[in-house]
Amino acid sequence: MSPANDHALQGTLFDDTAVLSLEDLSNMCAVDEQHIVRFVEEGILNVVGVRRTEWHFSGAALRRARIAVRLERDLELNLAGVALALDLLEELERLRRELRAGR
Amino acid sequence: MEFKDYYKVMGVARDATEAEIKQAYRKLARKYHPDVSKEKDAEARFKEVGEAYEVLKSPEKRAAYDQLGQNYRAGEEFRPPPNWDSGFEFSGAGPGDSSYSDFFDALFGAQARAGAQRGGFRAGRGEDHHAKVMLDLEASLHGGARTFTLRMPELDEHGRLITKERTLNVQVPKGILQGQHIRLTGQGARDADDGKPGDLFIEVEFQPHALYQVDGRDLSLQLPVAPWEAALGATVKTPTPTGMVDLKIPPASHAGSKLRLRGRGIPASQPGDFYVVLEIALPPANDDKARSAYAALAAALPFNPRASLGA
Repeated sequence: MSPANDHALQGTLFDDTAVLSLEDLSNMCAVDEQHIVRFVEEGILNVVGVRRTEWHFSGAALRRARIAVRLERDLELNLAGVALALDLLEELERLRRELRAGR
Repeated sequence: MEFKDYYKVMGVARDATEAEIKQAYRKLARKYHPDVSKEKDAEARFKEVGEAYEVLKSPEKRAAYDQLGQNYRAGEEFRPPPNWDSGFEFSGAGPGDSSYSDFFDALFGAQARAGAQRGGFRAGRGEDHHAKVMLDLEASLHGGARTFTLRMPELDEHGRLITKERTLNVQVPKGILQGQHIRLTGQGARDADDGKPGDLFIEVEFQPHALYQVDGRDLSLQLPVAPWEAALGATVKTPTPTGMVDLKIPPASHAGSKLRLRGRGIPASQPGDFYVVLEIALPPANDDKARSAYAALAAALPFNPRASLGA
């Protein structure tokens, strides 16, 4: 396949080994840190670390947090609604995958 | 520029109450939200609905729009009269990163959108960009450079919204998964004050693959086999991400039997697995030879496929 290309832009990949701080994540989602804290308190995001200054998130939290921000803002959902929607979306994705695999 | 009938977009009457408009918006927003909807054109419809709501929920904007709209129908050529909006005061507030139509801009100006941030949502450093791209599975399996064309809404020197296209050649990290982000430092928008560029975040989604289904790091393939291959066992040619392999089908396999090729999924320090799911393909019985072979099988084998149904 395509060899490494000298002119191609090199990016940073946020996979499950990526470590994001509270500040990183809030910057990437364009919300206040307090906003992310509320996501954590609602169980929307998983966090490693006890004190807030030690908190860190995996790369997967980035997608989840960004969807949460959009749902909350665009559909004017409260946090419990966001959490429920995210869980149901995940379940829906899983079922769709199974449906495709078993066609 | 075409006149937009915001009442029609939202499916409400021209004399709809604020509550009715809000209700219609909630319903449509849930239906077309790009994170939730599988509707075609969900994103475009969502933006259209958001724009209509932006106008109709604000008494000032709605009044201005109504006054102007008396003589127009949807789709008609539209030119705003000069100073038509004098006497109305607009306080812009809208979905942060949505781009409104030329029609909206002509009516309410880009300033109605600028600073359109609601409480609690801030624009980060105001300069990061986000984009979603479709990626072929091969890019993740093998790594390699891919070219993406991104469309970015931007304000021109007159503060009008324009859409700029740009093409980026990006080295895709081997092993990237659906939903993961790549950060390209310095590829966001330049800050208006200090000229420092922000970052660009690319979220990847896999295009459906002709052969493989993706589940996290694991891949699976539906492999058709003949009834005798499943019953007696066989060695068959099977495509895998790393090329054709000879796959051993164990005797007494059946439809839905799952064979695992460890570590042949999406690469990583702990790579995913490759699953082969068997499908039994029946030879067609469209000539005498085939029909007599089926008849011989029926005569030789007492077999009731509906035994478990009590039939």
